[in-house]
Amino acid sequence: MQRNPQLNENGELQHLLSIEGLPREILVQILDTAESFAGVTEREVKKVPLLRGKSVFNLFFEPSTRTRTTFEIAAKRLSADVINLNIAVSSATKGESLLDTVANLSAMQADIFVVRHASSGAPFLIARHVKPHEHVVNAGDGRHAHPTQGLLDLFTIRHYKKDFSKLTVAIVGDVLHSRVARSLIHGLTTLGAPEVRVIGPQTLLPAGVEALGVRVFHDMKAGLKDCDVVVMLRLQNERMRGALLPSAQEFFKHYGLTSDKLALARKDAIVMHPGPMNRGVEIDSSVADGPHSVILPQVTFGIAVRMAVMSIVAGN
Amino acid sequence: MKTLPEAEKLCQELVRELKPRIGPKTAMVGLYTGGVWLAERLHKDLGIKTPLGLMDIAFYRDDYAARGLKHDPKRTKIPFDVNGAELLLVDDVLYSGRTIRAAMNELFDYGRPQSIALVVLADRGGRQLPICAQHVGAKVEVPDGMRLRLKRDPAGKLALALETDRAA
Repeated sequence: MQRNPQLNENGELQHLLSIEGLPREILVQILDTAESFAGVTEREVKKVPLLRGKSVFNLFFEPSTRTRTTFEIAAKRLSADVINLNIAVSSATKGESLLDTVANLSAMQADIFVVRHASSGAPFLIARHVKPHEHVVNAGDGRHAHPTQGLLDLFTIRHYKKDFSKLTVAIVGDVLHSRVARSLIHGLTTLGAPEVRVIGPQTLLPAGVEALGVRVFHDMKAGLKDCDVVVMLRLQNERMRGALLPSAQEFFKHYGLTSDKLALARKDAIVMHPGPMNRGVEIDSSVADGPHSVILPQVTFGIAVRMAVMSIVAGN
Repeated sequence: MKTLPEAEKLCQELVRELKPRIGPKTAMVGLYTGGVWLAERLHKDLGIKTPLGLMDIAFYRDDYAARGLKHDPKRTKIPFDVNGAELLLVDDVLYSGRTIRAAMNELFDYGRPQSIALVVLADRGGRQLPICAQHVGAKVEVPDGMRLRLKRDPAGKLALALETDRAA
């Protein structure tokens, strides 16, 4: 049997590439560790010495502000040195291959590569070629996975709802193009959430999405009924090819989250969004800024979760 | 082998010994796991007014490079201002001194205490760092390859126990 490429020979997390295929214990370990790091981010000196002397390379082959910044803050709070490379405007445009870029950075004594790439699987390719002491963290690859976002979503849900075993979670909108949705669905099913729903038009749901263990709804009102958690996805204009939608206005009418639609969910439902938000397209401002919204706490929790992931992989 | 001293009795002796030094600026921090149990007891019996601090030194250990992060680090909670506090740092067993060094580093990331005194239930010797405890319940000889640990039963009774050291 081939070994899980994320785990070392002792079954410990060596790279974080995808939530899919990670055992429950490792997900819980990451969430528990993040809980302790959340305490560090609340104190006067928001720094611990764990990764002192280590170098974290942020390799972003695709633009990102929030994810890159929170990885940078997380690495700095672990006392690592952080080097940000915006590859979209550097070597890759001069024709250097992905593995050559990584080999060169490895020669500069890298310890952790945080990789975002438009091609699904790029972080896996890098993980197969790095040295044993080097670790790869996937910061989003194509439509495939965005495990730290999935983990921070899980952390947020656990923070507000305590326990996954009775939850109904709805993921709404452009599931087809969303690596966030895929990572979250795998995490929720692994942690035992009994009902995960995806809500969206046929054209924005992947064929055979039911196989991931979710219930499919095309009618948002039916789908939101009695939900504890509502996760809105960004309508990914930059990934749209062909006419999947009549218009953004039309989408908002059917699948935009308004206060009226949210009223169908449970009274204490939380509303999440991975950002960046398109106000008036997938979410109304009254909801985004309203009492159910935990969208900004998600960003804060993202730092603690990324501290946990980096300190766990770098120690294994 | 000599029998281990009774933890409950050592607790009472520590309370008697510490009583005179408790003042308005006194605050206490216990180190997970055994040190927290001991600190909970001392904090209550000494009637210390500032809430008890709880510390897990997982993020400050000096063996992270060799052993990685332990699996279930607890969240450190220091519910008082460390600046100017007269701190009593509490652990169950003092051995190499490495835990205490890590704890002091972590404490200083919360502020600058007026003083820190170390309180331990048992000192088993074997120091690898220049650290000593100001208040010691008992000196205990521990055979090589064994670990001395504090245990707490469901009723809250504390007891010292010897077990095989898996890390040795």
